Amino acid sequence: MLRFIVRRVLWMIPTVLFVTFLVYVAVRIGWNPVAAYGRANPRASEEKLEQFKQVNGLYEGPTGFIRGYFGWLWNFVQGPDQWSRSIKGGGEVYPTLRYSFFNTLRLAGTAAVIGISVGLFFGVVAGKRPGTWIDSLVNTTAFFVGSVPPFVSAIVLQLAFAVQLGWLPAAGIYPPGQDGFDPWLMSKHMVLPVFVVAIQTIAGYTRYMRASLLDVSSADYLRTARAKGLSERDVMRRHTIRNSLIPIATIIAIDIGALLGGLIITENIFNYPGMGVFFINAANDGDFPRLMPFLVIITVSVLIFNLLADLSYAYLDPRIKID
Amino acid sequence: MLSLRDLRVEFETPNGMVQAVRGVDLDLHAGEILGVVGESGSGKSVTFLGLLGLLPKSAHISGSARVNGVELVGASTSTMRSARGQQVAMIFQDPLSALNPVHRVGDQVVEMIRSHQDVSKKSAAIIAVDLLGTVGIPQPKDRANQYPHEFSGGMRQRVMIAMAIANDPQILIADEPTTALDVTVQAQILEVIDRLRQEMGMAVVMITHDLGVIARIADRVQVMYAGRVVEKTSVQSLFDAPTHPYTEGLLRSIPLLGHQRLLPIPGSPPNMLRPPSGCAFRTRCPYVLEACAGDLPELAPIGDAYSACIRASELNLGVLT
Amino acid sequence: MTSWQPVHESKEFETFDELYEVSEGEGLDVKTLTPRQLAWFRFRRHKAAVISTVIFGILVVVTVFAPVFARYGVNEAVFPISEGPNQFLEPQSVAWFGTDDIGRDIYSRLLFGIRTSIFIGVVTGIIAVIIGTTVGAISGLRGGKLDDGLMRVTDVFLAFPFLVAVIVVREFMGGLTFLQPIVGDKSSIRFIIFLLAIFAWMGVARLVRGQVLSLKEREFIEAARAVGASERRIIVSHLIPNSIGPILVALTLTIIAAIVAESTLAFFGFGPQPGAGSTSLGNLVLLSRGGATQGNWWLVVFPCGALVLLAICINFIGDGLRDAFDPKMDAGK
Repeated sequence: MLRFIVRRVLWMIPTVLFVTFLVYVAVRIGWNPVAAYGRANPRASEEKLEQFKQVNGLYEGPTGFIRGYFGWLWNFVQGPDQWSRSIKGGGEVYPTLRYSFFNTLRLAGTAAVIGISVGLFFGVVAGKRPGTWIDSLVNTTAFFVGSVPPFVSAIVLQLAFAVQLGWLPAAGIYPPGQDGFDPWLMSKHMVLPVFVVAIQTIAGYTRYMRASLLDVSSADYLRTARAKGLSERDVMRRHTIRNSLIPIATIIAIDIGALLGGLIITENIFNYPGMGVFFINAANDGDFPRLMPFLVIITVSVLIFNLLADLSYAYLDPRIKID
Repeated sequence: MLSLRDLRVEFETPNGMVQAVRGVDLDLHAGEILGVVGESGSGKSVTFLGLLGLLPKSAHISGSARVNGVELVGASTSTMRSARGQQVAMIFQDPLSALNPVHRVGDQVVEMIRSHQDVSKKSAAIIAVDLLGTVGIPQPKDRANQYPHEFSGGMRQRVMIAMAIANDPQILIADEPTTALDVTVQAQILEVIDRLRQEMGMAVVMITHDLGVIARIADRVQVMYAGRVVEKTSVQSLFDAPTHPYTEGLLRSIPLLGHQRLLPIPGSPPNMLRPPSGCAFRTRCPYVLEACAGDLPELAPIGDAYSACIRASELNLGVLT
Repeated sequence: MTSWQPVHESKEFETFDELYEVSEGEGLDVKTLTPRQLAWFRFRRHKAAVISTVIFGILVVVTVFAPVFARYGVNEAVFPISEGPNQFLEPQSVAWFGTDDIGRDIYSRLLFGIRTSIFIGVVTGIIAVIIGTTVGAISGLRGGKLDDGLMRVTDVFLAFPFLVAVIVVREFMGGLTFLQPIVGDKSSIRFIIFLLAIFAWMGVARLVRGQVLSLKEREFIEAARAVGASERRIIVSHLIPNSIGPILVALTLTIIAAIVAESTLAFFGFGPQPGAGSTSLGNLVLLSRGGATQGNWWLVVFPCGALVLLAICINFIGDGLRDAFDPKMDAGK
């Protein structure tokens, strides 16, 4: 097992490098950073343009991409002080990125914890009683809620609760003009976005857990467990649910990996300054110095959690042979 | 020890009620091995799953099933639970799917022990290792920490047996325990069961479709067809002088020395949604008469055996004559 | 000893019913249905799926013949501005679903928009299924390093947050000028179909591969191999027909995913801008952004409502198909 972990971790390094290289190529070709810089800073001097190119590794020529990638990488790994500044306004990228990161972490974390636990709960409630009205109700509700595209529910809820009813704030982390940390205000502003993300999560995990439970319910070893004289509760706890959670763990790991970049819709609609808004703004501006660190974080996050997903599966299901 | 009277099991399906078991009478005496023979769909497994309450909710069980005098049909959950694993233990056909793949083998035996005996985990673990040794698993202490997929088929079945005997049950129901195994391993498993039966004084119900298993290990035999018992007799008489055409058909279809050809029973088992009236076997029976389509034939004594064939006394059945 | 002959001589039966009648008394079960008939039968039992198919069918017919059912042209104002203000009118007799920022009838535009979006969804779905099935089948059948590598790559790709990945790929594809003749301009319908198909085929491939893996060990495949069937033949004649269920389910899910993706991308300004002759659901949904904050509820309710209706219908159809081909009902022994 340990060898497996070490090997996979070692493999991650070239994988990260390779994927970030692909990202670098894609962003360069997709957004033409030099031209974008020109558009954003029409009166920049020749010197400044050259400096921009150097720091971001935007070399021309046949080997420009390869040299450029390593040029950019060299500056990148030296830390945020060495990072290029944003083409818009020349501000430092790192503070905004960090701010966005933690905002999203708060939002995503809260929503994920609530969503996954409630979702699994309802999934078990439904899966325990297949064919009953409770099962139908839970399943149908999850189905309908899950069918509604996330931005629709966000817009509708915003319209209903913030605009029409005025119960909750419509946007932002704090009301405009707020200075300093205020947990009560912050929570009030988080209610709607968290709710929007959470209901999608709940709908999803309810259906996963229910499906997994139904799958396991037809297994022979449950009959053996009952033949031992175990109570239905014990059978459910020690055998049915335990075995049902194995595939769920993998899903959770992968979901978390994507969480950081995945709240674009909600953040955008509620004007919540997180990673999603950061990305959209950077993408609309064609801002290479902002896009690259963002995408690197996403990439690393995805790869790490993918590895965790594989590991969790191998750990939980002893039948998986680790080669 | 085990006494079934007119046991019936019906399943609710979208197409109607499937009558899987249509009135089974059975007696199991202490220390004997009773073989229950039949094709797939004869109801042989369903009978015993039903009396233990191990069938899905769509199953309706009626009649009487007494274990040491305690009625199990319609009994409360606690009565059922105390019977399962303690007075009556059951082992199943495919040990790979019958064992939870993510629990260690030792833990699964411990689970059986602790569900009926008030012992600590540690003590139970020691008993479990002991049991694994008793059924012939080498290095039981190490192997108890392994998972089911790390065992061979025969070893897995031994684990199932170890689990079953953990609480010293008086009755062991073995549902086709050797069907999924190689022939040589089959013999080993049967030997283990036989030995334990002698050492522990258990009564065993051996459910199988394999007459070879019956010949090897059973004392008495009950032959089932279409949810009813059609013949009850001793093992020797079964082979020497069967008293029901179905039994004769079974004997004719297995390879025995001296047989020129294998002759399968023509036709196929009946649809249990709408079983034939009267004797269910009449649609495939070469000795059929009009009277066979009348009332459901009951088991009637003929010599030392019992037969559900109304022509038992006049027919001269058998393959070894 | 009497000889063991079959009890009934074979007879010629005119109809299934006749055969069944004869056998009823003896309990022989003769009615057999082909797997396809069975699946159709089971689909019909799923009421929600059947209703959804009807609704979706109506929607398709109405939108395909949009010029017939629409009340105005797709870019036509309900009445010229010279006759009075025509922007943001509430739903009324002259405009059933209200008007937009330049006075166009939402109802009519919705019909055209839904048509475009369904088109995008279906074409994406078909492309994704064709590519995905081929790749998944070959990968699953061959196994080995090819399969391993492919699964690793799709794993990572699929694990990325969808919107981020789509936007990056969109810009990248748009920046590759040499591709333009094939995929068209970034705002064209052709482009978004290619874009979405690139993401969609992977999910289908994994699904088909899973099916193939479980079918691979079955004896009829072994038999086909023993007879010397080529890989292509095994895939086309054996594996795919037996995977029709999951493939159809994947198709429906891909269609709705594509429609929702198109709308979502449009919401952020990355969607298609079909030319003067049409519009897309995404474009209409874009209106709901401003609509929400300005209180023009009809701009939100009707486009989003249509989208949700489509989503629910197509999801139910997918559910019905899933049940049709893989019943989980346990009818006892």
